Amino acid sequence: MPTFVYADKCDGCKGGQVTACMYICPHDLMKLDTSRMKAFNQEPEQCWECQCCVKACPQQAIEVRAYQDVVPMGGACIPLRTDQSIMWTIKFRDSEVKRFKFPTRSTPVGSIDPYSNKPPAGDLDDQLLFTEAGKALSKI
Amino acid sequence: MAGTFGDPEIVEIQKDILIIGGGMAACGTALEAKRWASDDVSILLVDKAAMDRSGAVAMGLSAINTYLGDQTPEDYCRMVSADLMGITRDDLVYDVGRHVDDTVHLFEEWGLPIWKAKGSEGIALKDGAKPVRSGKWQIMINGESYKPIVAEAAKKALGIENIIERCFIVKMLLDKNEQNRVAGAVGFSVREHKLYVIRANAILLVAGGAVNIFRPRSLGEGMGRTWYPVWNAGSTYAMAAECGAELTMMENRFVPARFKDGYGPVGAWFLLFKSQALNGYGENYVIKNADMLKEFAPYDTAAVVPTCLRNHAMLKEMREGRGPIVMDTPAAMKKLSETMTPREIKHLEAEAWEDFLDMCIGQAGVWAGMNIRPEESASELMPTEPYLLGSHSGCCGIWVSGPADISPPEWQWGYNRMTTVKGLFTAGDGVGASGHKFSSGSHTEGRIAGKAMIQFVRDNKDFKPAFKKPIQEITEEIYKPVRNYIEYKDKTTSEDVNPYYISPKMFQMRLQKYMDEYVAGVSTYYTTNAKMLEIGLKHLQWLKEDSLKLKAKDLHELLRAWENYHRLRAAEAHLRHILFREETRYPGFFYRADFPKLDEANWKCFVNSRMDPETGEWVLKKVPHKDLVEKHYGGQKH
Repeated sequence: MPTFVYADKCDGCKGGQVTACMYICPHDLMKLDTSRMKAFNQEPEQCWECQCCVKACPQQAIEVRAYQDVVPMGGACIPLRTDQSIMWTIKFRDSEVKRFKFPTRSTPVGSIDPYSNKPPAGDLDDQLLFTEAGKALSKI
Repeated sequence: MAGTFGDPEIVEIQKDILIIGGGMAACGTALEAKRWASDDVSILLVDKAAMDRSGAVAMGLSAINTYLGDQTPEDYCRMVSADLMGITRDDLVYDVGRHVDDTVHLFEEWGLPIWKAKGSEGIALKDGAKPVRSGKWQIMINGESYKPIVAEAAKKALGIENIIERCFIVKMLLDKNEQNRVAGAVGFSVREHKLYVIRANAILLVAGGAVNIFRPRSLGEGMGRTWYPVWNAGSTYAMAAECGAELTMMENRFVPARFKDGYGPVGAWFLLFKSQALNGYGENYVIKNADMLKEFAPYDTAAVVPTCLRNHAMLKEMREGRGPIVMDTPAAMKKLSETMTPREIKHLEAEAWEDFLDMCIGQAGVWAGMNIRPEESASELMPTEPYLLGSHSGCCGIWVSGPADISPPEWQWGYNRMTTVKGLFTAGDGVGASGHKFSSGSHTEGRIAGKAMIQFVRDNKDFKPAFKKPIQEITEEIYKPVRNYIEYKDKTTSEDVNPYYISPKMFQMRLQKYMDEYVAGVSTYYTTNAKMLEIGLKHLQWLKEDSLKLKAKDLHELLRAWENYHRLRAAEAHLRHILFREETRYPGFFYRADFPKLDEANWKCFVNSRMDPETGEWVLKKVPHKDLVEKHYGGQKH
């Protein structure tokens, strides 16, 4: 179920420090063709259809089309992700469309401060993790 | 000075702690280790992808599968042991169980939305809220951003300047002066022409499980649609084995029965929506075949029938022509909706879709393309190609030291989660004989290892890592596929067909073919015997020889070359362990046709292996098993 890139929408993230899809793909599939300044999937049969690149694309230039060796044509799952939620558009082969919206995060992006309001780390030689200081830990 | 293709820059780095991987376990280690580290302890994390979306949780998850709540770590040990047919390390499982809820509470604090039961809305789990349980151990989440949230905490803890992304570590390096002591690791950037040589005092190797070592059911574009992440290349097991770390239970594998073709999750359908899986004639195959499962007593009478035994019953129906196996989603939704308002029914439908969209979008794509609506049409189930992993319903991995306050003397050697190689630690999919950690347990285990590594570094601060071979020789070895390409590419008129080298893709397909045919893949209904395994081993040995001729036309292909070399080494460990264990302990995952029965008298033990890093010779052995927590089957103590 490989990703594909609409040629008229992709601008190669020009002006940005990185090409978003190329930066985020967990499997090193999305690649910038520097001669055209357009991204493409360099190894479609390795695509896990995780849609990480689709969600990250600032131009909404990327979609996933079902793998043609398995799935009849015409369906699609298209995400629109913000910092707090994701909206999915599901298009069926028979042209019905369903939409679902789900929350994704209850705090602002970038707001995590992992060590604030935590007890100081305790004894390095006991079994307690830093957030468990003072806790009585069970044993078998 | 930046290098070029064919003439890469060699970058040498020295750190106290090196974390290899960026998934759940690595993020846990970063968080915990940094908190305990004094200012003079340096930590570097190296990820072959980008941390926001790397590892098994990259796409997201719809549930956290390990949250104890009111249950005890002892109960957790019983569940894990039963599902894995009795052979697990209670010390390691218990240790995860007693810490894991604290980790889940952090996830919620950081912003992960967790579903709450009626009456608990708006209350945090740590303040006593009741979660929506989809099963005894599982809680439902809105988990699309699970990994970015966990990665943000790890990156904030460690500092972005202590993280290198898009760098693939391919080999561990042993110390020149001290026997059986890790001294560093070597890898390369997949973005710049740089080879990295990193010296370290302690190393955490957490690079996930092994996927695509067997021929998958889909061979075209669908080859990427694996159940576990396609980028998990067995690197953890391969690199540990090659530096002489003892492995354990590498014969274990996981064959998930999932929605056909998309490999979408079934857990919520079984547990939350109370759906049934039936054979083609409407029969519940687990109930129907209960008598057959008695051959695998006492595990057939566990509180939940073990995953492999449920597969065993399913495969019997398939082999005997009573497919297709289907999940009866319409009946389940109809039953649930009987007592619901239209608004609640709409919500139920959204929950069913979210289960896929949060963690397996491909399955939603299959449903959309095939006009499947769960309230109208049932969906087929299918057991997948085999996977190697240590954190889900599988327990292959590395033999590690347990916690000092729980483990018997033979299961501990100073530092929690340290392997048998001094200074080398692991967690998550890397730790063997202790499955069912899942995302939360892997992060927890990473935290446990992180604290232990700080102890180790404190106790070994005078260590001066030194390598056995000169740097130039080490880096040339990892750059060999590029050298092969440059030297031979112009010998033929097409780069793709050339007698002097093998492409990573063909290498992978050859591995998959022979693993499938001889090592109990899907084409033999997961069945093999010693004679078939011997042939399979010969093919893997030829592949090992041919690995010296792998080619890489660019950095992307160099990544694939080394990933597939790791797959080969992980596959070899799997094969050797299957050959050694002369019984069928995990029917439904694989069958030794020459030893078709469970043999508790002779094989209720761990199988451990070690490859001598100097000679390449493997030694396999039985290691006694013991229960630290009393087990119960069919209401009886065991």
